[in-house]
Amino acid sequence: MSAIKYFIVLVLLFTSPLLFASPEIQSWKLKNGTRVLFVKANDLPIVQVAVTFDAGSARDPAGKNGLSMMVAGMLEEGVPGMDADQIAAVFEDQGAIFSASSSRDMLTISLRSLSGAEYLEPVTSMFRKLMLKPTFPLESFERERSRALTGLKQAQADPGTLAQWNFFKAVYGDHPYAFPGEGTSESLTLLQWPDLAKFHKRYFNGSNAVMIMVGDLGNRQARSLAKEIAGELPDGDKASPLPDVVLPTKKNEEFMAFPSSQSHIRIGQPGMHRKDPDYFTLYVGNYILGGGGLVSRLSETIREKEGLAYSVYSYFWPLRKEGPFLIGMQTRNDQRGKAISLLRSILKDFVDNGPTQAELDAAKQNLTGGFPLRIDSNKKIAGYLNVIGFYNLPLTYLDDFKDRINEVTVAKIKDAFKRRIHDDKLVTIVVGGKQ
Amino acid sequence: MKSSFLIYHRKLFGRFLKTVLVVAVVTGMTGCSEKLVQEQTLANGLKVIVREDHRAPVVVAQIWYKVGAIDEPAGLTGISHVLEHVMFKGTKNLKVGEFSKIIAKQGGRENAFTGDDYTAYFQQLEKSRLEISFKLEADRMQNLLINEAEAKKEIRVVMEERRLRTDDKPESLTYEKFNATAYQVHPYKNPVIGWMKDLESIKVKDLEAWYKRWYAPNNATLVVVGDVKPKEVFALAEKYYGKVPRAKVTPQKIKPEPEQKKMRSSQVSAPAKVPYLIFGYHVPVIDGSKDQWQPYALSVLAGVLDGGNSSRFTRDLIRGSKVAATASAGYSMYSRGPGMFLFDGNPANNKTIPELEKAMHDQIDQVKNELVTDVELKRVKAQVLAGDIFSRDSVFYQAMRIGTLETIGLKHTLLDDYVKNIQAVTAEQVRQVSKKYFYKQNMTRTELKPTKITSGRPNQSGGPNVRN
Repeated sequence: MSAIKYFIVLVLLFTSPLLFASPEIQSWKLKNGTRVLFVKANDLPIVQVAVTFDAGSARDPAGKNGLSMMVAGMLEEGVPGMDADQIAAVFEDQGAIFSASSSRDMLTISLRSLSGAEYLEPVTSMFRKLMLKPTFPLESFERERSRALTGLKQAQADPGTLAQWNFFKAVYGDHPYAFPGEGTSESLTLLQWPDLAKFHKRYFNGSNAVMIMVGDLGNRQARSLAKEIAGELPDGDKASPLPDVVLPTKKNEEFMAFPSSQSHIRIGQPGMHRKDPDYFTLYVGNYILGGGGLVSRLSETIREKEGLAYSVYSYFWPLRKEGPFLIGMQTRNDQRGKAISLLRSILKDFVDNGPTQAELDAAKQNLTGGFPLRIDSNKKIAGYLNVIGFYNLPLTYLDDFKDRINEVTVAKIKDAFKRRIHDDKLVTIVVGGKQ
Repeated sequence: MKSSFLIYHRKLFGRFLKTVLVVAVVTGMTGCSEKLVQEQTLANGLKVIVREDHRAPVVVAQIWYKVGAIDEPAGLTGISHVLEHVMFKGTKNLKVGEFSKIIAKQGGRENAFTGDDYTAYFQQLEKSRLEISFKLEADRMQNLLINEAEAKKEIRVVMEERRLRTDDKPESLTYEKFNATAYQVHPYKNPVIGWMKDLESIKVKDLEAWYKRWYAPNNATLVVVGDVKPKEVFALAEKYYGKVPRAKVTPQKIKPEPEQKKMRSSQVSAPAKVPYLIFGYHVPVIDGSKDQWQPYALSVLAGVLDGGNSSRFTRDLIRGSKVAATASAGYSMYSRGPGMFLFDGNPANNKTIPELEKAMHDQIDQVKNELVTDVELKRVKAQVLAGDIFSRDSVFYQAMRIGTLETIGLKHTLLDDYVKNIQAVTAEQVRQVSKKYFYKQNMTRTELKPTKITSGRPNQSGGPNVRN
């Protein structure tokens, strides 16, 4: 039995290797509102499970940035009757890998385990307990906060991280996306122990959760596993809508001095959201501008032609609300002036004139021709399921992917970039040393 | 060790990578999977290894050359990695940058990496397009054209890479210094990316000579993993690579590192806010001889100390005594040169390097004096077993581990027994290797001493050159 159904189709249509279906996604809802997505993949005896809550760092209360990340990290510190040592032993005695993380929109708890019942049963039961009933021991909280502060200090010694932080702050102002998920030294110090349980109580509920499973499970087994893991999440309210992102009103340039040999440059503004009508147009356009590795316009000029940087790129990070559009690179301090004007002129030319037809054709060939690589492992499929479930994208998202790419035209890219990218509102951040 | 597995374009894989491979990834095949791997050697000496994986209609092709930092003479450190970059700059048949454009148009992903022991190039493609990879790689195996201006520019790119990855990263600088201290003679004392002064002096003729000396089918291994039929892959390899002439490859004898007689110590001062310590002991690696058990025992030991959240370092140093913010132990059993068992960490807030160091040495004394428990042993073995199966979810990793072993001179079939050999390790063996190698005279330590960062607050009016 093949993990991915298209394999059978492929054998029959051997001469048309591009013609195959995406993995079949099953989806249902639990009584408490939890949405479940499942892809059966029986080739390897492994199972990947994740539950994601709308409880990323954008949900940190004002002044208490870092709370979501702290809650994620503290889940495995205690459940009634068990401490962190015992919890870790349950997972690792079975060879399972547990992790919990938080980003701007999502708080995700995930598990990778062997699929045999003797492995899977104890670890899924542990997973359920720490999701439902974490005790957040006070002593652990103090220790984890202290470690987070150490982590922040390390980040403050990294010019690339500083540039990223300054960029988000300048682009998002008062919006929750402005703040790093790790928090700040001030906000971490302001966190109080009861904040953890309060956050957990507010956001860990069925209506606010999406659960995904990929792997070696039967259909009925998947149904019962979903119920076992997430079925006891309480009823509750979805997280309230996030505030709208406001475009900066004017150009903004900031320089921060740092004793490094390179200057880290970030240029951008708010970009697009996950269900944006311009999503695929901007995605394909950005591939040409700076998303396509060494063959992008940015890379061809900055790296291949000028030899100014090892890494230069642009991306849209689509989130629930408009995530950033960002151009980034780093170069020797005395080259940063040249680099910044080049980056700006490449962007301006792209916004004013759009790509050529040849560039668009090459982009489409890459994005459609490479489609099988996007879903060639359980792990990658799980990543897509999570995004599809969390942002409520159509279940046919993967089936439709190539059609959406092929619908993009030069005119559409030119139009979308003109409407979305505003030269007079760009944020430019530089962190670097003496020239 | 702390390490990420992100693949940057033409990424440099340092020694950290190998450490990660061992504990998490390089694990063996079990049961019936062996027949899925087939190998053939072409008349010109190119070894071709194919592993079938029919889960998705994709294929990865990796060509591994047996040349890396270990082969570099003084004054030319970093040349293997620079050449790796230059390999994208055109051949007798391809213009500058055309290689990448062709692969991109085929929907492919490509990259290359250089390590101490190897230089490798790869493409990931939809399975029907494997031929493109062979055609292009066979071409640049024999027809590279090095243009002076392009090469000079690319060296500037590599210098930026060095600034990004090492010069402005205090803990990377500390690791670099550690290797330069732990090895006095052996080329592992040099960084894979090269010393800046060597990058400044590498000439086109050096690159040409390096290419001529090492790039030949009889110094390479081709690894293909994916939804392919071995017979067809062998035929395709014959068609493209078969034409590349064999060349005389004469590796220089690598000077062995003399036995360390005295503890060595060094330090790095760099702008940072958190102190950092790295130390290590010389240990053996797999050499292909029969019944070699020590590397497996050392691997198990690394797992007991630092194999997840239940390991001793996390349990006792991070959670228990709270002396460490981070604490790691790592060991790679696969390398061409000598092995190193590494420890590193950052002290917790209000704790110092001497406190962290003492706590880690107390842990080391404990494994030297007391047997690890059955529970711990069982757990590490369960993690290895599961890790082996998890790693089969990635065709890329499957190719990586075959390529790594073959290039350092081991048979890839060693992987078949990896899980079995780990399962056979006893608590007594773990104690034996701890006792044998963890002693003061065999140790090197390097410490990061943070210097003050005078970072300015963001300047709204725009700093120098932040103007149109």
